[in-house]
Amino acid sequence: MTLSLRTVRTPVVSTPDRRRSAGPSRTDGWWPWAFVAPLFLGVCVFYLWPIAQTVYFSFTKFGVFGGQTWIGADNWVRLIQDPDFYRAILNTLIYSGIVLLGIPVAVFLASLINRPGLKFASLYRVLFFLPYIAMPVAISLVWRMMFNGDFGIINYVLSLVGIDGPHWLSTPGLALISVSLVGFWGSFGLAILILGAGLKNIPTELYEAAELDGATPWRRFRSVTVPLLSPSVFFVTIITIIGSFQLFDALYAMLGPNNPVMPATQSLVFYFYETGFIRNDKGFAATIALAILVIIGIVTFLQFRLQKRWVNYD
Amino acid sequence: MTSPTLRMPGAQRSPGRGSEAKRYGSHLFAHIVLVLGGLAMALPFLWQLIMSLSSNAEVTSVPPTFIPRELRFDNYLAVFDVMPFFSQLGVSIWITVIRVVVQIVLCTFAGYAFARMRFRGRGLMLALVLAILMVPSQVYLLSQYQIVQNLGLLDTVAGIVAPGLFSAFGTFLMRQFFMGLPAELEEAARLDGANPFQIFWKIMLPLTGPAVSALAILVVLFSWNELLWPLVVSTRSDAAPLSVGLASLAGVPTVNYPVLMAASVLTMAPILILFIVLQRRVIEGLAFTGIK
Repeated sequence: MTLSLRTVRTPVVSTPDRRRSAGPSRTDGWWPWAFVAPLFLGVCVFYLWPIAQTVYFSFTKFGVFGGQTWIGADNWVRLIQDPDFYRAILNTLIYSGIVLLGIPVAVFLASLINRPGLKFASLYRVLFFLPYIAMPVAISLVWRMMFNGDFGIINYVLSLVGIDGPHWLSTPGLALISVSLVGFWGSFGLAILILGAGLKNIPTELYEAAELDGATPWRRFRSVTVPLLSPSVFFVTIITIIGSFQLFDALYAMLGPNNPVMPATQSLVFYFYETGFIRNDKGFAATIALAILVIIGIVTFLQFRLQKRWVNYD
Repeated sequence: MTSPTLRMPGAQRSPGRGSEAKRYGSHLFAHIVLVLGGLAMALPFLWQLIMSLSSNAEVTSVPPTFIPRELRFDNYLAVFDVMPFFSQLGVSIWITVIRVVVQIVLCTFAGYAFARMRFRGRGLMLALVLAILMVPSQVYLLSQYQIVQNLGLLDTVAGIVAPGLFSAFGTFLMRQFFMGLPAELEEAARLDGANPFQIFWKIMLPLTGPAVSALAILVVLFSWNELLWPLVVSTRSDAAPLSVGLASLAGVPTVNYPVLMAASVLTMAPILILFIVLQRRVIEGLAFTGIK
């Protein structure tokens, strides 16, 4: 309500004389505040204040009937000693690792789709984009059927080559692999799009020169495409890792929240959800949330440090 | 720009090879790879459709039944008995529409101010907004839940929608867009005595089409598909959006598989159809946001 009052009041405050003095010293009176205030107040209430609160929560224990008691660093000590936490980190890293394997494939696919004059290119792009558009819960349920140990189509295909397929989604290690494969399957659309834009920025003269020198397509790919595309690859790597660290929907839908293999398979975000909203241990969940922030921060920092070794920015 | 080393030992070996023939050959290879890849993308959707039209016995048969004996469209009707589909569809549509409209308005205004206006505290406010982009949603989720609970908004559209009305990402996107527009546009209007609001409304707003549609596409996708936040704030199934409804349907043991598949088709269909109709715009829009 205060927001609209502010917006309405502002015209009165506008200063006509200021407007005439265009140039570096120009200010826009109260207008900028009216433009920014609705968004900024919302951001304060729903984002900035909650972040501060979460930090506070991480030092408290939530009572059964509401209210928090200060317990110092207990949650943090507990987190550091909690084997489930390390398991969740490991699971999240395994998932991210498998999804990241899609990036080299996406580079290859993008270089094919973006060949000048290739027919059906937009159809291919749409196909690779389908998994990105589809609701993760819905498509994960389809994969849940396909991975079914008794009648799933995946085990049927394996049986054709003489392999007796396992119960994918109820075997601890395999459940995570199954979910990761679905993540891998869905990772191409956005990557191809970003890499495609990167490919368009590579001057065609370089390819022509390479062709004149007799470079094979493979050689052109390796010596022209790969180095000049490395900034886009780096960007895709960053967003893939950040996205992978948010693994929740696919896990929830493919395994089901009450699956016995969940404790051994859960990601950091599922661990957070389970702690905060199933076990209702919100103080500890706040600690996990902050730990996720720290871990993503460290991983992203490491990537920026390592990029000097392989990203080509000339 | 350092040109990569292109000279190689075998360079002289193929002086006479016709580049046209080579192109044709390599395009054939590209088509083979892309068709196989495209099939790998599309087959789960096709299989989903087939399962949704089969009987439960056919879905659980070994070997699988690839072509159902008869197409059972009544699986789709059964969906409406096992979940409050239309209330959930209503919730999904409401939260998506409200978010799109409000985010576009707020982000466009704020993005413009951050890009083109001068005021005290601009740098600090922008830094605070952008800092949120680096924070995973879990960090504010617990407290957002408390706020929504204290306002008595659990199980309401307002509760699901509230935090998502304010988007740091959208603000950043719009700011980047406005930064890229030439300053002369505003200068001329300013000399004519237009006030900042008139400049924004009459000169800048009409140019925002590409950025606004890109933002709208992202918000629609995100809003429709999101699970964690609505799962947390909706306890009653008729107050939940489709994503939550479908996820909980999967946990009901009495629901048979074809009906579950039919429900998943119905749930994702609106967005998939929208995407296929608007594919060019969607892909351009996402490219716009991905690269900016």
